[in-house]
Amino acid sequence: MSNRLSLQKLLEGLKHPSSDGFFKYGSLAFAGSVVAIIVLSLVVLAQGAFLALTKFGVSFLTGTNWDAATGFGALPYILGTLLTAFIAIIIGVPISLGIAIFLAEMAPDVIRVVVSNIVELLAAVPSIIYGLWGLYVLRIWVANYVQAPIQGSFGFLPIFGGTSYGLNFLTAGLVLAIMIIPTIASISREVMVSVPTSQREAAYSVGATRWEVVRMSVLSYSRSGIFGAAILGLGRAIGETMAVTLVIGGASGASALPTSLFRPGQTMATILVNQLSEAESGSLQLAALLGIGLVLFAIAFAINVVAQLLVWRVLKVQGGAVE
Amino acid sequence: MQTEKKQSLSSEGVVQPLKTLENSKVRTEDLNAWYGNNQVLKKLNIEAREHSVTAIIGPSGCGKSTFIRCLNRMHELVPKAKTSGRVILDGSDIYANGVDPVTIRRRVGMVFQKPNPFPTMSVYDNVAAGLKLNGERNHAVLDRAVQRSLELAFLWDEVKGDLDKSGASLSGGQQQRLCIARALAVEPEVILMDEPCSALDPIATAKIEELIASIKENYTVVIVTHNMQQAARVSDFTAFLYLGQLIEYGETTSLFENPAEELTERYLTGKFG
Amino acid sequence: MRRFKDRLALWLGALCAVLAMIPLISILYEVVKNGASTIDIDFLTAAPGVIGQPGGGIGPAIQGTLILVGLTIIIGVPLGVLSGIYLSEFGDNPVGRTIRFLNDVLAEFPSVVIGVVIFTLIVLTLRSFSVVAGAFALSIIMLPVVTRSTEESLKLVPNSIRDASIALGIRRWRTTLSVVLTTAKSGVVTGILLAIARVAGESAPLVFTILGSQYFFSGLSSPMDALPLRIYRLALLPYPYAQAQGWGAALVLILMVLVVNIGVRLATRGRLYSKRSRA
Repeated sequence: MSNRLSLQKLLEGLKHPSSDGFFKYGSLAFAGSVVAIIVLSLVVLAQGAFLALTKFGVSFLTGTNWDAATGFGALPYILGTLLTAFIAIIIGVPISLGIAIFLAEMAPDVIRVVVSNIVELLAAVPSIIYGLWGLYVLRIWVANYVQAPIQGSFGFLPIFGGTSYGLNFLTAGLVLAIMIIPTIASISREVMVSVPTSQREAAYSVGATRWEVVRMSVLSYSRSGIFGAAILGLGRAIGETMAVTLVIGGASGASALPTSLFRPGQTMATILVNQLSEAESGSLQLAALLGIGLVLFAIAFAINVVAQLLVWRVLKVQGGAVE
Repeated sequence: MQTEKKQSLSSEGVVQPLKTLENSKVRTEDLNAWYGNNQVLKKLNIEAREHSVTAIIGPSGCGKSTFIRCLNRMHELVPKAKTSGRVILDGSDIYANGVDPVTIRRRVGMVFQKPNPFPTMSVYDNVAAGLKLNGERNHAVLDRAVQRSLELAFLWDEVKGDLDKSGASLSGGQQQRLCIARALAVEPEVILMDEPCSALDPIATAKIEELIASIKENYTVVIVTHNMQQAARVSDFTAFLYLGQLIEYGETTSLFENPAEELTERYLTGKFG
Repeated sequence: MRRFKDRLALWLGALCAVLAMIPLISILYEVVKNGASTIDIDFLTAAPGVIGQPGGGIGPAIQGTLILVGLTIIIGVPLGVLSGIYLSEFGDNPVGRTIRFLNDVLAEFPSVVIGVVIFTLIVLTLRSFSVVAGAFALSIIMLPVVTRSTEESLKLVPNSIRDASIALGIRRWRTTLSVVLTTAKSGVVTGILLAIARVAGESAPLVFTILGSQYFFSGLSSPMDALPLRIYRLALLPYPYAQAQGWGAALVLILMVLVVNIGVRLATRGRLYSKRSRA
C-alpha cells in the first residue's frame, strides 16, 4: 500500500513540477558530483595507463627496470610504499593508541584540552613543511643517532646496509608515522569515548583499577573501531607525497628496491612527483607513470572503503554521532 | 442556535458522523492515519466549528498530535506516514488530487509544544518571516502585520521597545506568544495548537489561555491538551480520543459535567491517563 | 602490583602524548628560528631571483596561493554546500547513504592521485600547465570536506525549526536556504575556513597542475607559483640562500594555516559545532 501511495505522489509531482522538486534533484546532482569524480578518475587513469598495461601485463607489477629500453616495472615503488607505510604503522599505531587512551580515559581536564588541541594542530601542518623539517632536521638526527650507531654495531646485516646520510626509507617512515598519529589518535579516541558509560561502570563496580577498566571494557569494545582508525592511517601513509619526497632520496629502477632501511628509495607517490610533469606526452614512460597512479588509486580506494566501513559501523552501533 | 450535539459509540463501536454541518470550518471524514504499518487514527469524524475553540483530549499516545498534524498536512512529512479519508476545509477536501499542501498550511497555522522561534532572527523578523519568505517586500505592510500580530498575541507591549532583539532572548512564555504571533501574521483561518502550554509555567499559561479566548472571534482554534482543566477552561467543544478512536465529542460543558460514555467519565475522573 | 600497572599505564600514555608533541614543537621552533630572519617586505613581495644567486623573494608564490584559494572557493564552496544540503535534508535514503559513503572515501584520498587525474585530463589535453587546472584539483580536494562539514552543521539544526517554517506555509527550498542554512551559518563558515586552510597547504597536486613559475600571475591558462610549491622547489636547491628562503616561506605558510585554525578554534570555543569538540 505504501508503494502505491508514493507512486501516486510521484505522479502528482510530475503533473505539478514544483520548486521543491527542482531543489531536491538539483542538490542531488551536486551531491552526485562526488561519484562522478571518482568514476572519472578511474576512467582517466585506466585510459592513460592502457599503453603500458597492455605492453607489460603482469610484469608491470613485478618488474624492476625503469627505462624505455628495458621496460617499466613498478615493483620497487610498490614495495617502497609498503615498507614506508609499514614503518609508519609500527611506530605510529602504538603511540596513537597511547595518546587516545591517555586523552579519553586518564588525563586530567586541563592537560586533556591542551594535549588534544596540540595533536589536532599537528594535523593542520601542511605536509610540505613536514618534508622541510624532515629534510633539514629529522634526517640529521636519524643519520647521527640512529643510522650511525646501528650501522656501527650491526652494519653487516643487509637490512642495515647502505650509505644515505639520513635520506632513506627509515626517515621517510618516521615522518609518515608522525603525520598519521593525529588521525589515528583522534578517531580512536572518538571510538573510545562512545563506549557507553554503563560498560565502564560495570567494570568499576567489581573493583577494577582505571587501567583494568580500560583494558576490560573500553579496549575490547573499541577493537574494530581502532582497527578502522589504523587502516585510515595506513591509507594516509600510502598516499602521502611531499613529505616523503624530500626525505626518501629518490632512487629509481632496481636500485630503488627496499633492501635496507638505510638505503635511499622511492614510493609510488614520490616517483609521480619526480617524473610525471616532465614525461613526454604519448610516451611509454607516461603510460607507466599513469599505471602507477592507477595502482595507487586502487589501493587507496580499497583501503579507504574498508576503513570507512569499520569506523562507520562501530560509531553507529555505539550510538556515536558520526553523521 | 446551539443544539446539544453529542456523539456516542454505536453498537459496532464506530462513531456515527455528525448529522449537521452548520458553522463547520474544518471536519474530517473517516480519517485514518498510519506510521508505517501501525495505524494511529481510526475512522475519525471530528469537526471544528468556525470561531470556536475545539479541544482534543485523551491519554498519551491516543493520537491527538497525529490528528492535528493531519489537518495541515504535516503528518505526511514524516517518512512512511500515510493517511486516508477526507479532511474538509470550507467545503473542499485538502487531500484531494492536485491540492498543494503549501497553500493549505498558509490557511491552517500551527503552534508547537515547545516554543520554536527562529534562533538567528529578531522578534520582528520572526513574526514577519511567514510574509517575508513568501515574497512580501513592502515595509509598511510588514510593519503593520508585525504590530497587529504581536498585539493579538498579547506580546506587543512587552517587546515594542526593542523589536530587533533576538527572538531567542525572550522568556519561555514570551517565546510561545512570539510563535503564536508568527503564526497569526500570515492571516490563517484555522490555528492548530499542539499542547502549547505544556512547557510553560502557570502564569505564562494563563496569559496564553486569555489570548486564545480573545482570538477565537476571528479564528477557528483546535487545541490539543493533556490538561483536562485547561480544556474545560478554554474550549467550546471537546473531542475525547482513546487509542486512535473518537470516543465522545460534544459541547465542553456538557461533556465534562455529564459524559455519555463510561470511558470518558473514567478519564475525566482520573481513573486512568 | 595492580596499582603499579595502573600507574605505569598512565605514565606510558603521557609519554606517548609527549612523543607526539615533540615533533610539533620542533617544527614550530625550527620554522620560526630559521625563517624569521629571512622575512622582510622585499622577501614577501619580490619575485625570485636568478637560481644560484641569493636575493629575490616569494611574492609570486604568495600571490599565487591567494589566487588559487579564491578560485577554489568560487568552484568548491557552492558545490560543497549544495551537496551538504542534499545529504542533510534529503539524504536519508540508499542513494544518499551511498553518496555520503563515497564522499568520505574521497575525503581521505591521496591528493597526488587527484593531481595526476587533473594532469591527464586538463594539462595534457590543453598542452599546458595552468592556474585553472590547479584550481580544479584543489576544488576536488576541498569538495568532500566542505560537504561533510556542511551536512554536519545542518543536521545540528533541530527539526522543530524546520517544522515551524513548513507550518507557516514556506516552501521546502526556501525553508532550507533562508531558515536552516542561516541558523547553521557559523558552523558552515567554520567548515569552509578549515577546508581552505587545508587546501592552501597542498603541494602535490600543484606540481602537476600549475607547475610553478618565476613570475607573477600571467593568465588563467599559464603556469603559476604558490607557497607550498615554492617551498618544495627551494628545498630541492642545494644553496644556503635557498634553504633560508625555504624556511621563510614555510613560516609564512604555517602562520596562515595556524592562524585560521586557531582562530576558528577560539571563535567556536564552547559551542558544539562539530563532533570533535568533545574535550
